[in-house]
Amino acid sequence: MALTRSFDAPGLYFQSRTRWRLVEIVFWLATLLPFALLPDYLILASQIAITALFALSLDLILGYAGIVSLGHAAFFGVGAYAAGLLSKYGWGEPITGLLAASIAAGIVGYATSFVICRFRHLALIMLTLGFGLMLEELANSAGWLTGGFDGLQGIETWKLFGHFEFDLYGYVAYAYSLAVLFILFVFARRLIHSPFGLSLRGIRENYVRMPAIGAPSRAHIRTIYTISAAMAGIAGALLAQTTETLSLDSLGFERSAELLVILVLGGAGRLYGGLVGAMIYMIARDRFSGVEPQYWYFWIGVLLVTVVMILPNGILGGLAKLAARWSRS
Amino acid sequence: MKRLLLAGVGLFAASLLPAASHAQGTVKIGLILPYSGQFADTATQIDDGIKLYLKQHGNKLGGMNVEIVRKDTGGINPPVAKRLAEELVTRDNVDILAGFALTPNALAAAEVSAQAKKFMVVMNAATAIITTKSPYMARTSFTVPQVNETLATWAEKNGDKSAYTMVTDYGPGIDAETAFQKAFSAAGGSVVGSVRMAVQNPDFSAYVQRAKDLNPQSIFVMIPGGSQPGAFGKAMAERGIDPRKTEVLGQAEIADEHALASMGDVAEGIITSGNYDYNLDNPMNKEFVKDYNADYNRNPDFFSVGGYDGTHLIDIALTKDGGKTDGDSLIAAAKGASWDSPRGPMSIDPETRDVIETVYIRKVEKVNDKLVNVTIASFPNVKDPFKAAMQK
Repeated sequence: MALTRSFDAPGLYFQSRTRWRLVEIVFWLATLLPFALLPDYLILASQIAITALFALSLDLILGYAGIVSLGHAAFFGVGAYAAGLLSKYGWGEPITGLLAASIAAGIVGYATSFVICRFRHLALIMLTLGFGLMLEELANSAGWLTGGFDGLQGIETWKLFGHFEFDLYGYVAYAYSLAVLFILFVFARRLIHSPFGLSLRGIRENYVRMPAIGAPSRAHIRTIYTISAAMAGIAGALLAQTTETLSLDSLGFERSAELLVILVLGGAGRLYGGLVGAMIYMIARDRFSGVEPQYWYFWIGVLLVTVVMILPNGILGGLAKLAARWSRS
Repeated sequence: MKRLLLAGVGLFAASLLPAASHAQGTVKIGLILPYSGQFADTATQIDDGIKLYLKQHGNKLGGMNVEIVRKDTGGINPPVAKRLAEELVTRDNVDILAGFALTPNALAAAEVSAQAKKFMVVMNAATAIITTKSPYMARTSFTVPQVNETLATWAEKNGDKSAYTMVTDYGPGIDAETAFQKAFSAAGGSVVGSVRMAVQNPDFSAYVQRAKDLNPQSIFVMIPGGSQPGAFGKAMAERGIDPRKTEVLGQAEIADEHALASMGDVAEGIITSGNYDYNLDNPMNKEFVKDYNADYNRNPDFFSVGGYDGTHLIDIALTKDGGKTDGDSLIAAAKGASWDSPRGPMSIDPETRDVIETVYIRKVEKVNDKLVNVTIASFPNVKDPFKAAMQK
């Protein structure tokens, strides 16, 4: 790479990376289409946006820093319960609810990051899995606070900006979720295309060598893990606020596993991977389960096996390869 | 001519609109059940109950054609249940929401029913408070306090003066524990101890041993159906608890057909309380069990009868209100509805919209070398005591 040609080169490199490409602009404009074309599907669209945000948060640690997590739903759940409890006890303002959720999830993420940053690979899977299970059981046993198995009752989200009520059709829910997703996406994009983001990728490739060139692996992992946790917390809070329901499944193992599937499906280590994965997975789920409510998981299985066999780097990985081949020829 | 053409085009255009496909004389029902995942069998039984009722009535309810849209929650997942309910209302234009095997999902969908003013029939979920969440909701299963308070009072009257309660640590378990202990103490018995057990894969032997050490006259057990009753039976056999000596009491799940098959002879003597069993001795039930077996090759259970009677209630309501499908007319017609079910006479409480029915106390006995539940006492017209207490 021509990074060392002049002192300006690194700056130019980052500049070229951060420039918005036409495909991206088209992608984000397309996310507005459901308002006009599919007004019946806005609730689904808002839950796709929330899952996309959640997948993006996992991508930050898995795709960029190489931290495999099977317990990411823990932060999703902490955020969801933070926002849910706040609302139950009298403060249903959505934006401040999101802030509270991100702080709560961020604190839990920061606390656990001290353990996370010491391990790699398989050990991480066990750690995150165990941590997730612990939290789930804690929430289950603290029934007086979380409502236990029956879920938290009495969540009431106030009007957005004191004006827009969350309606049955999901107009406000989708606009709200999409806006939050976009803002956090821009933030994540900036983060990834910064020197910090580059050093994260270095850590992913070689954890031991990075400190030798002045990038403290553990400190960086702690930072990104905390950011990712806070982001997952915001996703959880969005779901709790827009659906006004909340139960233990929000921090359960299944949600973590499903998230991993979504990210791998879309393509890990590419900002849009989680977004595309969430879209395809949730639309497929909606379609398949509509046609075949009992055995639709079979078709999800077929989809996953097919995608992974044909496109081992996920859908976006496959597309990138195609694009590269096309531009070469 | 031009006008005719315009009208023709208008008609054609109208036929393309989704609302217009809602033909006259058709009622559209959205079913929300956990068709996949660990509760899939429950959903199948409820669904089969619904299908059997429709088949027996020429696929018509209240003289109207029936269209059913099935949606899968994949287990306990309230946000998904709520989304499905919203989509059924806004996208599929259903008139009635029905199904609901699990409490958290029913609670989430209740808000949609209340907001969109849609009639909602809960066919299984049994936590007492559910029906208070939407004024358009009725229930055709049972409530946890309804069966367990009846059981506790009966047990005390029949000589159990001390009881130990063992429940799974989740909503229905805690509900059952509260109901049993309250009614048992109120009747004059004393609860010598209680324990809440883990939801996932508990090892029952330690719990059973503790119960045995306290030596109560009876043990009340509430655990989820499925694989747990078998494990519980094994622990009882190992620790030497004989239900014929120490009374073992519980809700229907611990002695349903599958539980009895996996527990084996150690189950003999267990006493349960419930609203239905396939062995109930009445002509209507005999017919029901026969038809059910003919179509689905298995015996119905309390899930099936919840679905069957839920569909019956929709039928009654549509007949009574003359085919009006809006929530207000349907719930008004459903209030106070009463009919004969395979479980015996039942009705919908006009005040709470909850089910009023006979609660049966059954004992596991060996009949013709097969373990079955034999009714030893029955209490007709039991209301949900939880809501009765709320009104006071």
